[in-house]
This record gives sequence, C-alpha cells and structure tokens, in this order.
Amino acid sequence: MPRPDGVLKVTGEFAYSSDLWHEDMLWGHTLRSPHAHARVDGIDISEALALPGVHAVLTHDDLPAATHYGLEIQDQPVLAKDVVRYEGEPVALVAADHPETARRAAARIRVAYTELPVVHDEAGATGPGAPVLHPGRTDHHAGHAGHPNIVHRQPVVRGDVAAAARDADVVVTGAYEVGMQDQAFLGPESGLAVPAEDGGVDLYIATQWLHVDQKQLAPVLGLPPDKVRLTLAGVGGAFGAREDLSMQAHACLLALRTGRPVKIVYNRYESFFGHVHRHPAKLAYEHGATRDGRLLYVKARIVLDGGAYASSSPAVVGNAASLGVGPYEVPNVHVEAVALYTNNPPCGAMRGFGAVQACFAYEAQMDKLAAALGMDPVELRQRNAMSEGSTLPTGQTVDSPAPVAELLRRVKARPLPPERQWETTRADGSLAADVRALPGGLSNTTHGEGVVRGVGYAVGIKNVGFSEGFDDYSTARVRLETLGGEAVATVHTAMAEVGQGGVTVHAQIARTELGVTQVGILPADTRVGSAGSTSASRQTYMTGGAVRNTCRAVRAEVLRRGAARFGWPDPDRLLLEGGKVVTADGEALAALADVLGDEAIDLELEFRHRPTQPFDPETGQGFGHVQYSFCAHRAVVEVDTELGLVKVVELAAAQDVGKAINPQAVVGQIHGGSVQGLGLAVMEEILVGPDGRVRNPSFTDYLIPTVLDTPAMPVDVLELADEHAPYGLRGIGEAPTLSSTPAVVAAIRQATGRALRRVPVRPEHIVRPDAGQE
Amino acid sequence: MRVNLTVNGRPHTADDVWEGESLLYVLRERLGLPGSKNACEQGECGSCTVRLDGDLVCACLVAAGQAEGREVTTVEGLAQGGEGDGGDRLAPIQRAFVEAGAVQCGFCTPGLLMAADDLLARVPDPADADIREALSGNLCRCTGYETILDAVRLAATRTGGAGTPEAPEAPEGGGRPCASPGRPRGSPSAATGPAGPAGPVGSASPCRAPTAC
Repeated sequence: MPRPDGVLKVTGEFAYSSDLWHEDMLWGHTLRSPHAHARVDGIDISEALALPGVHAVLTHDDLPAATHYGLEIQDQPVLAKDVVRYEGEPVALVAADHPETARRAAARIRVAYTELPVVHDEAGATGPGAPVLHPGRTDHHAGHAGHPNIVHRQPVVRGDVAAAARDADVVVTGAYEVGMQDQAFLGPESGLAVPAEDGGVDLYIATQWLHVDQKQLAPVLGLPPDKVRLTLAGVGGAFGAREDLSMQAHACLLALRTGRPVKIVYNRYESFFGHVHRHPAKLAYEHGATRDGRLLYVKARIVLDGGAYASSSPAVVGNAASLGVGPYEVPNVHVEAVALYTNNPPCGAMRGFGAVQACFAYEAQMDKLAAALGMDPVELRQRNAMSEGSTLPTGQTVDSPAPVAELLRRVKARPLPPERQWETTRADGSLAADVRALPGGLSNTTHGEGVVRGVGYAVGIKNVGFSEGFDDYSTARVRLETLGGEAVATVHTAMAEVGQGGVTVHAQIARTELGVTQVGILPADTRVGSAGSTSASRQTYMTGGAVRNTCRAVRAEVLRRGAARFGWPDPDRLLLEGGKVVTADGEALAALADVLGDEAIDLELEFRHRPTQPFDPETGQGFGHVQYSFCAHRAVVEVDTELGLVKVVELAAAQDVGKAINPQAVVGQIHGGSVQGLGLAVMEEILVGPDGRVRNPSFTDYLIPTVLDTPAMPVDVLELADEHAPYGLRGIGEAPTLSSTPAVVAAIRQATGRALRRVPVRPEHIVRPDAGQE
Repeated sequence: MRVNLTVNGRPHTADDVWEGESLLYVLRERLGLPGSKNACEQGECGSCTVRLDGDLVCACLVAAGQAEGREVTTVEGLAQGGEGDGGDRLAPIQRAFVEAGAVQCGFCTPGLLMAADDLLARVPDPADADIREALSGNLCRCTGYETILDAVRLAATRTGGAGTPEAPEAPEGGGRPCASPGRPRGSPSAATGPAGPAGPVGSASPCRAPTAC
C-alpha cells in the first residue's frame, strides 16, 4: 500500500517545519559562540535592540526558569551564561520581522570573550592539569567514570582474558579511528512557536520524540507540561540528529516574550552547529584465536569523543561496550568504552550509535585475523558466528533467531557483478569507457588505467529499542466508529514520522486487526500519550506494537458488544474481516457498522517491551538489550590506485527482519542505511581543528553520497520471527549502517593492500601508505 | 522592490522584496509556494530545483530580481491539475515516485521530481547512467537512490519519456543550471548580500499548519 503522506510529498503540499507560516509571525535567530572554549565577560545587546524591526533580544539573564536541559544529564545551557564550551554554542536570541533583520541584529550584539584552553582529545581531557569542563557534576555516572571529563565509562568483563591470551596460537592487534559523521538530514532544524491565550505555547516542530521535547521544555519555560503543547510538523529526515533540542526552547522563549508567533529555521551552515554528530572514536583491539580459527579472547578499549555536553553519550558508551566484539561467540572478553567531555562539537545520536564505531574496528580485526590464519574471512566469521542460544559478553543469552552465518552465506553466494562494467562499445566496434561508472566519475580521471577491483565482507550486531533498564513504552489511541454507514478506524499516536514510513505501518496494522478499509491517521501531538523516540530501530516494534494491542482491545470490545446484543457464543473466536464480524469458517455474522451503531469505541493504551536491566558498572553483566538486529554486506569496489579514488560498484546486503510488515519500506531502510555507511567509509567527516573549530560546515565541503556515488544494492530479506516481538518483527533501521562501512573498507584493502585503519578513507591513505595512519 | 513573475502559468506580484532575497525565498515566503525546499541554500543539494524559462535552476541561487518578467515552474505546477491538485491528476513521474517507494522523508522529492521530469522530456528512454548523471545534483539522504532510479525507469516506461509538457526556450542569463554534475559551486546565500530595508513577510502566504495524513 502507498504511503498516506506520499501524494502530499510529491505535490509539494506536505507542510514541513520550515514551511510553516502564521499571521503576525516573527523570525528568530541565534547568536552563537565563535570560540570552542571561552569565558563570557559581558554581553551588550543595546545596538541590536535599537535596530528597526527587532522585537526582542534575549540572553541568559532573561531565562524565566530552568537554565539547562538535556536528554539524560541536564548539562546543556539554554543560553550560555559565563562560559561557552564549543564553537556554535547559543549565546543570545533575536526576534525580528524579517530573517535578515534578525541576522543583522545578532551581528550587532557585542559579546566580550576571554579564550580558554581548548580540550581537544583524550590526553587533553584526562591528562595532568586538564581543565575540568563541568565542575561539580552530580549526575549518576560521575561516581564511576574515573575522571570528571569522562561522561561515562562501561567495562564488559567475561572469562579470563589473561589465561586465554596464553593459550592463543594467533594474536592480532590494531588501532582504529572513526571520523565525526553528520546526519545531514535535508530538512533543516525549524519550527513555529505560537503563544496561547492561556499563557502556554503551541510548538509545531520537527523532532524525533515530542514528549521528551515537552519534558525538557516545560521546566525551561517555567510552565506546567500541559501548557507546552507540541504538534509534529513535517520532518525532513532525522537519523538521530533531532533527538536533542535545537531551536525548540529558543522559539518558545521568544514567542512568550514577544506575544507573537516565532519561526526559527536554521540554514545549512547553522545546522552543522545546531545538532549533535556521530561520536568520533579511537579503538584499540586485540584478538586471540586458535590455529583453526576459534576466537579465544577479545580485548578492546573504545574512546568516544562526546564533545562539550553529554547528550546521548552514556547510551552510546553502553552500546559500544556491550556490542564491542560483534556478533561472535567469544568466551573471554575485556572491553572498556568511555565517552569524553571535550570542547569539540557535542556528539550524540546517529543511526547505529556506538555499534557503528565498534563494527568498523572488530570487522577490520576479523579480516586481519583471517589473513594471519590464512583463512577465508567469511569462513572465519561463520566459524565464530553467534546464533540463537549464544551467550554474549554481557552474559545475556540470545533467545531469538540470530542467523549471522546464514546472512554471510547469502551475500557471499550472490554472483559477483561483471568486471569492467564501465567498458562500452562505440559504433565502429572500438572500446570506450563510460567515466560515470569509473572512480573519479565525470572528473574524467581514468579510462580504466590503474583501476583494481576488490571485494570485502562485514556483518554487525545492533540492539533494538531503549536498553539498560529504561522504561521504554509507546502509546496508541484507536477509535472505531460508524461514518456514512461504514466502520472507520482512526489511529492517534505521538510517533514522529521522520520519513521511515511508520504512518503506513500504522494504517496497515489497523486494517489488519480491525478488518476495515478506512483508516485515518491523526497528526502526532502531545494530546495523546508518549510514543517514545523514533530511534533505536524501535518504532515499528513499539508504536506498531501499541497500535496492534490497542486495535486488539478495540476488537475485543466490538465482539463483547456484539455478543451481548446478538447472543454470539464464544466471541473470542470471532474475527473482523472486510467490515464484518465473521466466524473462523468465514461465515458473516454482522456488519461492523451494525455492531457499533452510533456508539464509538475509543481506547488509549500503552505498550511495553519486556524489561531490560542496567549493565553492572564494573563487569557489564546484565540482560541489557531487548532485541538484536543483524545485517551483512558484501562490497565490490574499483579503486584508481594511482589517484586513490574509489568507486563502489555493488553493495549487497542480507538482513533478518523477523517479519517485513511493509516490504518496500524495509528495503528502503536497508538501502538508506547502507549508503550512510558507504558515506562514512569514503567521504563523510566533519573536520575539527585542534582549536575545536569546525572546518567544513557546508554541503560544499561536507560531502554525502550522490546518486553517482551509490552502487547497485541488491537486498536479501530474511524473516525469522522473534516470538517476543509484535508479529515477530525485528527493528531494522540501524543494522545496515553498521556493516556497510567495514565491508567497503575491506574491499578497498583487498584492492590496494593498504592497512586503512581510519574512516573515512581518503585518497592519500591509498596512494601514500603513511598518510593519516599515524 | 517589486517583482513580477509568472509561476506555474499564473502571474504573481511580490512587493517590498529586499534586493538580497532569493527566488526561493520569494516563492516560499511571499507567494505561498513552499514546495521548493530550503535544504542547503547554496546550490549543492538541488532541493529547490525549479524551471526558469524552461531551464533547471536552483532557486536559492537566483536573486529574486533576476526572475522579473520570467516564467517559473515549481513542483506545485507538475501535476496536471496544477497547484492544489488533490492527487487525482498527478504527473506520471509523481505517481511513479509514490509507487516505487522513492519518497521517504520527501524533502529532496520536489527537486528530484523537477530534475527527473526534465530528463524524461529530453531523453525518452534514459539508460541508468543517464539517470544517475541527470539526478547527480540532487542529494537524498533517506533512500540510497535505488527506488528513485526505479521511479524514473517506471515513469519512462509509462510515458515513453514525454515528461510534463513544457515550452523550453533558451535562457537569457540569470539562472544557473544545477542538475548536472560540475555545476557552479555554491555562492553565498542571498541573505548575506547588500544592504536593504527589510519588508513585511509572507503577506500573500496562506497560514500553513501541519498536515494530517
């Protein structure tokens, strides 16, 4: 079935958050710090206020209530007070009647700064004399983090690594690095705040979780939560970058101050400073194995740069540590993951967080180990692959399908794409090259000279849903009523549709469960209970599960009413199909519309996945994750070995999805995730200097894959049901982002023989073996 | 200043336009046509692709004054019913995007539709490499492009590549083509241009609220 929002999106009528408009609306703008670390000595707003068209200028001193917010740790200032901790930190706000007037007014605000030493890396953060970036921490990670500039530290300890190391026939070590990736959603941060007559505010916003925004906003605005009403505006992609607040509090503060609706829209430059990024990471690994390729132990240390504020760093650490050895059975493990506070850009959620960084490193190690053993890299992986019943390094036993070896078999069994696909034949029979299919593309840098092919494999493991004891739930309200003589269902949730197609899935579920053809999906807002976040691959499982359960409760009420009215025996065995109540044999008993009459059924229920446990702070043991998701990739690349340019020729994926509720959307997620992984492999990185400043905050200088950079992507979807999940489904959105990156890099390694310890791989890493490998 | 232009066949006048405003700003904020998108505002992403006198341009790189007296076609003009079309008369390329799963978040979709429509008008039966080349100025972050290729192939099959009827004429300066690789790299956005008075915003726009599905 087509997406319910599809027609609006192709006609241009779908209202994204940046499209909103209101009579009497003002434009907000944010003044940001030019320094990565500085003391704020004073702010003079008089010149800005004097500019005609300016309606308000706000600084820290104007905040009415709570001054800080945060997803887990409230360490992020709404507006900087006496210190700024990263380049781009918000310092002041302007509301004006034209966006350019607001920008010019912001430029007239005089801020006196005294620059402070910049903490840029681990040595600077935890070495002797390091400036403490958040003195007086009281958060619950502070006690066991080991240093005030470490946000969170999570060890995972299992077995006896030292003893295993003595028994190992082969040991490989490696140090790896992952650059800072940007989510690069296309719809910029934006929204419209409208002050209400009751003293509250209505915010129309692109976000991933309406209720967590509301929870953070109410204290900042000094309002009870019921006076901070949020409605989801059209969301132009998310990928984790909309988990934290961006302009939400700022627009509401300006609207409440001016009494006028206020719209804020970031441009692309500001967007690079307006949201958190993927944690860059440094990872040191040691793998030991027997001569026949059995993993005996893995030791790893994973250092994630969390930047200036905590954001999702604790959960990123938890994932990196608990999933740090990958989808393999390893009897002896010692992993430690930490996230640092630095003066680099804040890092938080991006698709696959924590697991993406680890996967690049452990899969590089598996290839290195295979080479050391003289073994096929896929065979080595299959020999150690976890499966249902395996015990993970956290002590958790996996109690649903985990077809890791089979996924690898499937991508390997696929025929390889033909060689020299770029070769074409001219009319006279002579050979020519279509440069569009060659490394370098239309730059016309090679016609095949120096081009070498390579093939690489990788597989990954990602947790689904919120972990470590979080009370993860979703709410759905379902109404069934007779309209125009026909039974019609209406589904109301607060789920953020960010493009993934959840709205399609909800309509499918309601049709299936209630046997109706007409299903309406109401706009997501905070009038209904929380749906949790559109992240962690969780929404089809969680809000889909909530819609299913609420529909089933509505169905039970239909049958109860019908049984009472018509005297049906055994109503629990009846079904709803084609707008009728039918028996298991298909005999129609009554039209749904007749059972309902003019009395609607309207229920709102919560759905929870089974509970998880926090990881032990010193051993990492615990039933920490509710479900796991697996994807394998085979990448085929062609590399211009003279210039170091890479063309990915094919990127094949195999993924177990449990149950494909919407097969088209499932494949779309796998394609999209794979390409984001490809981007991390060969082009995407936010470059941050030792001064903490971002070097490339634009789509001119931060490159994401175009259609010429992407290959054919055949996808093999397995459906092995997880009996614990609604319909047996498995969360799917993130796993393809994990294995794509190491598969592409493995293929480049095979083509070039280079070690390639770092992503993204740059041309100089290929043509100059020492470049960037220090 | 005042700017007179024809958009999707209808004459429009925008008053109090600041000289630094882009055609994209005028379309979105003054004429109530927000279908053209503001993803980068520096000519890199193609989300604001429109036709200017038949030529594909990034509306963010066209100064509003350059559109004076010219004809603009936006995504709102693609459906044969024109603006406000309820979906009954979608252009073949629009229908193909919906059916092929080429729409996820949809923010890139208007620009891609304009570029794909232009391709099919020029090349009735494009090879995959031609499609990739023609769409390479349009970034998509959700789909990985596979279903977008499917959609263009599907539309080509159905229409014989007719595209949307258009009377292409040689451009007279002004807009830069933006849907081909090697396009001019981004210039500063219009808003950093020369000084001018700030005018009232959006007087011709309808109030837009989030849309129910």
